[in-house]
Amino acid sequence: MVVVNPPGDVSTPALQAVRAVLDAVCDPEIPILTIADLGVLRDVRMDGGRVTVVITPTYSGCPAMHAIDQDIRSTLAAAGYGDVAIETELAPAWSTDDLSAAAHVKLRSVGIAPPAHRTKDKRALLGRDVACPRCASQQTERISEFGSTACKALYRCRSCLEPFDYFKCL
Amino acid sequence: MNSAHFSYVQRLGDNALILGQRLSAWCGHSPFLEEDIAMANTALDLIGRARMLYTHAAAIEGQGRDEDALAYGRDERQFGNFLICELPNGDFAFTLMRQYLIDEYHHQLFQVLCMSGDATLAAIAAKAVKETAYHVRRSGDWVVRLGDGTDESHRRCQCALDDLWAYTGEFFAGDAIDSAMAAQGIGVDPAELAPAWREAVAAQLKHATLVQPRDDWQADGGRAGLHTEHMGHLLAELQFLQRAYPGLKW
Repeated sequence: MVVVNPPGDVSTPALQAVRAVLDAVCDPEIPILTIADLGVLRDVRMDGGRVTVVITPTYSGCPAMHAIDQDIRSTLAAAGYGDVAIETELAPAWSTDDLSAAAHVKLRSVGIAPPAHRTKDKRALLGRDVACPRCASQQTERISEFGSTACKALYRCRSCLEPFDYFKCL
Repeated sequence: MNSAHFSYVQRLGDNALILGQRLSAWCGHSPFLEEDIAMANTALDLIGRARMLYTHAAAIEGQGRDEDALAYGRDERQFGNFLICELPNGDFAFTLMRQYLIDEYHHQLFQVLCMSGDATLAAIAAKAVKETAYHVRRSGDWVVRLGDGTDESHRRCQCALDDLWAYTGEFFAGDAIDSAMAAQGIGVDPAELAPAWREAVAAQLKHATLVQPRDDWQADGGRAGLHTEHMGHLLAELQFLQRAYPGLKW
């Protein structure tokens, strides 16, 4: 029998158990975020003993995707799920709008400015009005289009003078 | 198998792979750290895009090939990238001017492909168009910074533009594959992208105090597999490992 959980419905105990295990899988480059926080985890299905995990890539060239794939397999294997399939889903394309509300709070807590919501807004997409994650000042400036990873830009706060990463809208 | 569909998607992948390969060579050689990171990250975006396009092309073909077979297992004549992508990097001005001309093209192209009747291609385009918005802002900024910079940077930037202009005609010269894909609602007739590209480029070059070259002879052939003398050398480096040890895996 195939058990499919509709989006947002994690009512099946077996699926809830798998999702709880997957909560231990984090982004290797921003380890404070789980793959569920990131919106990379799209779906989990169970068919008999087989667990199918559906994920979506963030940036086209994000080198973390391969590591995430391996981490899902090893984490599930350690929890006793031996038969695991991972499917990659491209449509709809991942967007920073897929980050959970918890992800925004977590990012700010480690000094990374979260992406502005509503990526259709051109101003947000190109990183204007980025608030400092430390002092919340709007007086910030972009230092570099790319920061420590492809998904981030490097900014500096003109009020508290601290440099910080900005998780770019995509 | 719809062979026009396969070729269309594969050629988009070829542009991304070959340009990504060229840009990767800057890693560790850019003028300062942030720029080094930017160059490598742009290359990563392009190679990631190539992987998705090749995977999709291989699925359309349905012959059991994969992204690696398309990237590492084809010869020069089977690559359909624009010639501009394979030109050697030259100096920093040449690399950034080329990047700007292509980024502006990709920005126009992927906006339209977001509406492709091929849902997977539309999804790849939806990702690419947002990444390209960052690429074009960076390369466009550099064109202005170098063009409207010192006498030396202006001279180098103008030289790069003069050398590259003849390679931009290929962006808009459609062939039978493009026509078939446009007719089926999967692709776009590239000629339709020309007005918006020309307008954006003209404004940027003016801002950069650069003189737009006269439209003269235009190079072509890349999309039909007729490449410059540089392509074989590029592929030799790109494909060496898989040619020497076929099927080798990490």
